[in-house]
Amino acid sequence: MKKILAVLMVLCLMLPAFAVAEDMPVVKIGVFEPASGDNGAGGKQEMLGMQYANTVTPTVTIGDTEYKVELVYADNGSATDKAPSAAAELVNQQVSVVLGSYGSGVSIAGSPIFEQAGVPAIGVTCTNPQVTLGNNHYFRICFLDPFQGTVLANYAYKELGAQVAYCLAELGNDYDVGLAYYFQQAFEALGGMVISETFPTGTSDFTSYINNATGYGAGVFFAPCSIAYTTLIVDQAADQNVNFALMGSDTWDSNKVLEAATGTNLDIMISTFYQEGGNVEFDTGIKAWLNSDAEAMTNNGGNDVIAAVSAMGYDAYYVALEALKAAGSTDAKAVNEALWNVSHEGVSGKIVFNEIGDADRDTAYIKKINTTTGAWDFVAVQGVN
Amino acid sequence: MRTKKINSSTLWSALVILLVYVGVFIAEQTLPSTSMLFTVLKKGATYALVAVSMNLLNGFTGLFSLGQAGFMLIGAYTYAILTIPVADRMNVYQYYAGGLVQFAMPVVPALIAAGLVAALFAFLIGLPVLRLKSDYLAIATLGFAEIIRAIFQWNKLGALTNGSNILREFPTFNDFNLMNAQGEVTVYLSTTVPFLIAGVCIGIIVLLINSTYGRSLRAVKDDEVAAEAMGINLAHHKQLSFCVSSFFAGIGGAMLAMYQSTIQAKAFTSAMTYEILLIVVIGGIGSITGSCLASFLFVACSEWWLRFLDQKQMIGDFEVPLLRNGFRLVVFSIIIMIVVLFFRQGIMGTKELPDLFGRRKNLKREVKA
Amino acid sequence: MFNTVFPYLLTGISVGGQYALIAIGYTMVYGILRLINFAHGDVFMVAGIVMVYLNASGIPLWLSILLTLLITVAIGFTVERIAYKPLRSAPRMSVMISAIGVSYTLQNLVLYITGGLNQFYPKIPFFSNAVTIFGVSTKMVTVVTPILTVILVVALVQLINHTKIGMAMRAVSKDFETSQLMGIKINNVISTTFIIGSFLAAVGSMLYFTNYNTVIQTSGSMPGLKAFVAAVFGGIGSIPGAVVGAFVIGICENIIKGLDIILFKAGITTQNMGLATFSDAFTFALLIIILIVKPTGLFGEKTTDKV
Repeated sequence: MKKILAVLMVLCLMLPAFAVAEDMPVVKIGVFEPASGDNGAGGKQEMLGMQYANTVTPTVTIGDTEYKVELVYADNGSATDKAPSAAAELVNQQVSVVLGSYGSGVSIAGSPIFEQAGVPAIGVTCTNPQVTLGNNHYFRICFLDPFQGTVLANYAYKELGAQVAYCLAELGNDYDVGLAYYFQQAFEALGGMVISETFPTGTSDFTSYINNATGYGAGVFFAPCSIAYTTLIVDQAADQNVNFALMGSDTWDSNKVLEAATGTNLDIMISTFYQEGGNVEFDTGIKAWLNSDAEAMTNNGGNDVIAAVSAMGYDAYYVALEALKAAGSTDAKAVNEALWNVSHEGVSGKIVFNEIGDADRDTAYIKKINTTTGAWDFVAVQGVN
Repeated sequence: MRTKKINSSTLWSALVILLVYVGVFIAEQTLPSTSMLFTVLKKGATYALVAVSMNLLNGFTGLFSLGQAGFMLIGAYTYAILTIPVADRMNVYQYYAGGLVQFAMPVVPALIAAGLVAALFAFLIGLPVLRLKSDYLAIATLGFAEIIRAIFQWNKLGALTNGSNILREFPTFNDFNLMNAQGEVTVYLSTTVPFLIAGVCIGIIVLLINSTYGRSLRAVKDDEVAAEAMGINLAHHKQLSFCVSSFFAGIGGAMLAMYQSTIQAKAFTSAMTYEILLIVVIGGIGSITGSCLASFLFVACSEWWLRFLDQKQMIGDFEVPLLRNGFRLVVFSIIIMIVVLFFRQGIMGTKELPDLFGRRKNLKREVKA
Repeated sequence: MFNTVFPYLLTGISVGGQYALIAIGYTMVYGILRLINFAHGDVFMVAGIVMVYLNASGIPLWLSILLTLLITVAIGFTVERIAYKPLRSAPRMSVMISAIGVSYTLQNLVLYITGGLNQFYPKIPFFSNAVTIFGVSTKMVTVVTPILTVILVVALVQLINHTKIGMAMRAVSKDFETSQLMGIKINNVISTTFIIGSFLAAVGSMLYFTNYNTVIQTSGSMPGLKAFVAAVFGGIGSIPGAVVGAFVIGICENIIKGLDIILFKAGITTQNMGLATFSDAFTFALLIIILIVKPTGLFGEKTTDKV
């Protein structure tokens, strides 16, 4: 018995990945996204955009040769300790450029691996400034947290008329704590008061934090945290009949949140990158694709509401293709050089990189949940002022 | 008594170890540096040291501690805080105006400091908790690891620990590569050096285990009451073993920081301790060689060999069923369960490398006599 | 003052009741096998996932509740048979490693099946209804939990004190080998223990996830760990101890989360110290203090080492 088991196990480990011969040369694009962990749901939706783009445009002409574009996946597990090996796996597969990630912490953690290998990376929705700061290989197509924090603070103070804001962030999460920090700076500069607290990873019970917000007389409850926690917060706030508005960041733009909020009497406002209806061709195309692919539908949370991160993933894919075309080769270093001059009119707006490697973005969409229809209502396009 | 004479099996073992080092060095110069092999070797060397340090406690002293991740955290943070170049501190400590510490130490002293700070914490924690027995000790140490994690993430200590935010920009394994003036790498050392660090540390642990102290520790493991009756100071020996183990866990944490290039307290959960415990068990509780081998196997399986299970694979036109994201982990956990249930002794049992060359026979005869 | 503290107390008692139901599983298994069953928290999580999938399949709610209880019990039973029974004679550490392995396997299986996406727990009528007590609005389940917990615990204590199987359990936990010699079928007793533990975990998961309605693969780890701490706190092996421990920990944890505002309103502090950060850490600190002062927990029996 033992010997058979041992042999079986060795066979299992030896099972090689069978490569299938292709007729067309292949260019590999790495997808560095979480498919598990706290941000798994968001990462999957971001990947949907890239996968859809890959079905729309499966080939790219580099120089004079037509290449088949292959997406290579590595799950960074939403964890900064798993990110380096996932990044190393992509580098090992000799990808020309990397897309991702959802979540800033994992992007920062994977960044040095890409840098050493000379592979450029395009951040899709990682909004923490640290991602692109001080390096030449990480780019980003979305807005940054100092911007997002200010936008939200402005909206909370001026439009909602809140004097006291309660911020809740996950302990040990760069994204949460960073965004809460910028929100606090901006809100206090406007003359408001901010109470900032953190909860430990793995918390399910948010009732006491919601009690705290009520106790401080908060006019707005700002919780820039992972989807895994947002649904819990929404549900428990509804139970407690809170009299303040809930405010979320780009992570809240998920149909899981919609589902949790439907049928409650909460005010939920979020800031995000894209609003459905922004590009009709893209909207109808991706909806048709989602409806035809059962697995994609499941990954989107079971319905065809388009998440902003999907639109961003879609744009990132085309930015990568533009860079490959401009570079005229699949060499990662050439792609890195070419990226600085890429200009792409995406579904979420124009993408041009500045000297840090960030796309210049000066607007965010504010959306509100319509709790009777269970859909996003467009509120405003908001700039810093 | 075992004779001190160096016999042939020891020589053979030394030769094998030497060959491994030479092999690693040659591989590093010839293979492309992006190969997954090196990722596995670097992380494997790190985990080997941590696993051996845990084995010293669990396998040789019989102290069941689950605080390893906490001590690694202390080591990793100490190393990172001490070595981030002053010029980069403004960026890293972006919310804390550059942080409190405004100097940077060279790598080796920082590594030792990482170990010392971890050992100091271990000493303080050990004073009250080492009196606890078996499972209670395990839970108390597990609890301490959780408390330490919360303290390191506390916003009020942010000027020192950067709070919830990532620490980065400190020297990593890749900084050991020798470069020429044009910035091209001439001699690759980024994998050899972690092997050297882990090797030296594990060597020291082996020396300790084979000393009179080591024999006393084993006596404590076999029977505390009897050991005390034989004149072994229980508290003293337990404390020593706990501190030494934590010292090397601290260095292991610093190595993990160097491997990952960034470090964040959030990652040092009890799941990490369990991983290391699994490595110790798979290798064989009470075998240093086993812990080392198991580390490399464990890391290679989880990070490299099984990754293809996470993606759709086609054999001809046939799509292999079940393969999608997450399947790798399912297969991996089933393999672990099989090892735990059917190969209870682990890879090596309590054997060491020289035993493979025949030392064990002599030992057995000694025991019988 | 009462108005400030009351909401935290209410949540604390409710959470405590849920921890108690999980903690009993830990404490009973430990009492008999001297095993920290690390997989217990994950059995609790799997119970949640099973309920989600059963409900999604469209069968009536009462049937899915019944099936969830049955399936969870079956899982608890199977885990014991596959992962712990073969190791009966092995060192205790091996069994514990096996428990960690099971925990790892269950989590990864759920990750694979759900794809890592949040699953919403179905609403159970009456339990999910809103209710207002002393001006605090909450779900009915918050009020029901402590009552249900107490009823279940009383029933369990009756079972252990007044039935044959209960007597066998007490005998086995006192002396494993002697009771075997006296003709007690050890394996049946152990299986029964796991069945009771899993049943209570399933009930606990219904209460817990009705309150906190999202299930993911890691949902079981924290409540599991806390429940275990509660069991040790109360003196592991003692059922009343586990219940008391669970309530103490549930209440303390929520008071810590609100401590800043309580101190602020009482005029003791003037600014937020960020003490909520330590809500989990405090649980462990409490545990360590108890262990040092009274190494076998509040209600634990003293053991002596023999040479």
